[in-house]
Amino acid sequence: MSATAVTEAPQQPQTPSRAKQVLREILESSTLVVIMAVVASLIIGAILIVIADEDVRTASAYFFSRPGDTLSAMWDAIWGAYTAMFQGAIYNTRADTFAAAIKPFTQTLTMATPLIFAGLGLGIGFRAGLFNIGAQGQIIIGATLGGWVGFAWDLPGFTHLLVAVIGCALGGAIWGFIPGFLKARTGAHEVIVTIMLNYVALNLLSYLLSLEAFQREGQNNPISPTVAENAQYPLLLGSQFPLHWGFVLAIACAFGVWWLMERSTLGFEFRAVGANPRAARTAGMSVAKGTILVMVIAGALAGLAGSAQVLGTEKNLTLDIAGSIGFDAITVALLGRSRPLGTVLAAILFGGLKASGPSLQVLAGLPVDIVFVIQATIVLFIAAPPLVRSIFRLPAPAHEKEVAA
Amino acid sequence: MSATTVDTATPDAAASGDVLKTKSWKGPIGLGVVALISLLIFGFGTPSGSDTTFVVATSSDFVHLPTLTLPSKIAAIVLSVIALALAGYSAYLANQYRKPGLWLPIVYGMAVMGALLSWAGAGRDNTSIQITGLLTSSLFLAVPLIFGALAGTLCERSGIVNIAIEGQLLAGAFFAALMASMVGNAYVGLIAAPLAGALVGAVLAIFATKYWVNQIVVGVVLNMLVIGLTSFFFSTVMSDNPDLNRSLGLAALPIPLLSSIPIIGPVLFDQNLLVYTMYVVVIVFQIMLFKSRWGLRVRAVGEHPKAADTVGIKVNRTRVRNTILGGAIAGLGGAFFTVASGLAFGKEMTAGKGYIALAAMILGRWSPRGALAAALLFGFADALRVQLGIIGSDIPSQFLAMFPYLATIFAVAGLVGHSRPPAAEGIPYKK
Repeated sequence: MSATAVTEAPQQPQTPSRAKQVLREILESSTLVVIMAVVASLIIGAILIVIADEDVRTASAYFFSRPGDTLSAMWDAIWGAYTAMFQGAIYNTRADTFAAAIKPFTQTLTMATPLIFAGLGLGIGFRAGLFNIGAQGQIIIGATLGGWVGFAWDLPGFTHLLVAVIGCALGGAIWGFIPGFLKARTGAHEVIVTIMLNYVALNLLSYLLSLEAFQREGQNNPISPTVAENAQYPLLLGSQFPLHWGFVLAIACAFGVWWLMERSTLGFEFRAVGANPRAARTAGMSVAKGTILVMVIAGALAGLAGSAQVLGTEKNLTLDIAGSIGFDAITVALLGRSRPLGTVLAAILFGGLKASGPSLQVLAGLPVDIVFVIQATIVLFIAAPPLVRSIFRLPAPAHEKEVAA
Repeated sequence: MSATTVDTATPDAAASGDVLKTKSWKGPIGLGVVALISLLIFGFGTPSGSDTTFVVATSSDFVHLPTLTLPSKIAAIVLSVIALALAGYSAYLANQYRKPGLWLPIVYGMAVMGALLSWAGAGRDNTSIQITGLLTSSLFLAVPLIFGALAGTLCERSGIVNIAIEGQLLAGAFFAALMASMVGNAYVGLIAAPLAGALVGAVLAIFATKYWVNQIVVGVVLNMLVIGLTSFFFSTVMSDNPDLNRSLGLAALPIPLLSSIPIIGPVLFDQNLLVYTMYVVVIVFQIMLFKSRWGLRVRAVGEHPKAADTVGIKVNRTRVRNTILGGAIAGLGGAFFTVASGLAFGKEMTAGKGYIALAAMILGRWSPRGALAAALLFGFADALRVQLGIIGSDIPSQFLAMFPYLATIFAVAGLVGHSRPPAAEGIPYKK
């Protein structure tokens, strides 16, 4: 995890000309690698789109007599898919009013909200040298506790939302505490424990949803009652947009995490423990305390991601409450280099990919799963800058930086 | 991942590296607690006067074993007391600095399970506990776990963390179904599945050894990638051409004579080719890994790559080969889901089995033999869940489903024995 420390490209001592130096810095920068990784992934996505397209297959049957047909069918398929994604995630060019046209983007931000929360939490863990694969379980337990407060309790006005949100954070924090505590006390590897706890959480939720206390009346499916109106995040931009106040809370958390990691003593300890636990211990920091605290904070943030789901988007508990957010958040944190700003941007990118799913299905007739492929390949490419550089023939930086995660 | 190799300064971790033998009380205490719980819940919790019926016979046996009807309460109490006595014996051994043999946990497990079954089956006159059926499905459900855990063992023994077992299983399942359907022969699936798994393993190996990317990251992302790819092709190419995804099954091949032994016969020797392959693979790798020159080299690379390199072993080449081999084995295990079960491919049909396989690998302490035992235990828990669902037991099925995961957490936390991964696991080797 030495990797998260990505620094600016070092200055060259001897510089022939200003323009060349600027160009070189641009080519060597890690931002360009990120952009190129996205481009490469979109190309892989395009290949899949072409393979799946019926017209391309028909046209390719007579490829050698009329190759133009195949090529144009390919172009149509790719263009259709990517415009559908754009319209589903950013701006709907076919809409009549501006409000309707911009609605996809608010949907993107809504989808990004839980990813921001969970990604921030995982990012703190990565920087402290902890590989937390357990956001999924932490989201589930957070959403369960907060959701239960939301539909089973009856509190006046704003306090209900407040208590429910705290419940979500608390649930996640408890689920994060377990691996942190086990790691600190027994050395149990957090990757293994968190993976296992994900499944324990899912089974626990499945059990709870079979109980009467969690069952919606007149329903046999595992679905809870709807969260009380008081406990839902209010909508941010009025009833025509899905975006809720959870997004604002997520941005606030991003600032909070930035302050914690960059400005506070505690954050410095976290980073020191991540960079070199032995040195941190020698300097008088408690590695065990750091480990437990990091996992608790990461869990609480993941629990808040659960709140965005159960109190914001879904408004009830189901087995699918966490979707694939826990795993998507890992890619978000990796793509955002575990930094708050990067995490927010990465979450918006992946939120957009998620939001484009339905329109991809309707307009281009493609399954949503292609989004997972694009997401996964982006992260694979980002994790291996030398690979991206060799694909696009970019010059290697003067000092090869270690970028692992 | 430098952080993970640093021991947290507990006295326990420090002591385990000592030459001095220490008395380990965790095992006996754990066994004792479970046995006590078994006595309290299953023993005294069973209503007296009811009977439990165990059926062991199947129609094809040579000797027809009679159906066994026992008074539930007494049976449960006796079995729990046996378990308690075994816990006491292991405490006695621990006091003498000795470790119990493999028989003890096996007999202990059977006693506790027997107590559980006689409790669950108490007073249900219409239904009986089908012992043979339970064991057969345990073995069958354990097959992908065994292959997956074996794959994990091979990779991790050479120092590569393989979180991508899930993806390898799924890729194997997908490719087996695809190729078998294209050719129209289920056995083709058994050839295709390892190829797909090996491909996933190769990607993992390249990223881990060439680009030094964190292996856990690659594993997690590869799982996502394989889920995305297989689901994508399932919903497009396969749904457009149903001929590419047919349900073809491997036939059971009963071994003459052996298959008619009561209990053991139908469980072990009336299975399909994939299960027989599993027996061979486990035995071969158990011997290869611990008795051959190849195995010694692999373990050296996993424990101390620098030392291995010094004596001329190609560290990264060994790792790449092992990871690809491991991927192939996991892929073969993936064939279980489609051709070996006679099912067509379905979206995300491995459903987290790869992670349970990972758990089995840890619980089996990174050895093929241990992986087999742990996977059988998990398979049994799964089969028990199904069986208890049929007889309508009071235990919520979710808690049985949780069992493998909880067992693993206890194992890695050092509550059940001490599990220590290969020393150089997850650390890229840079010259």
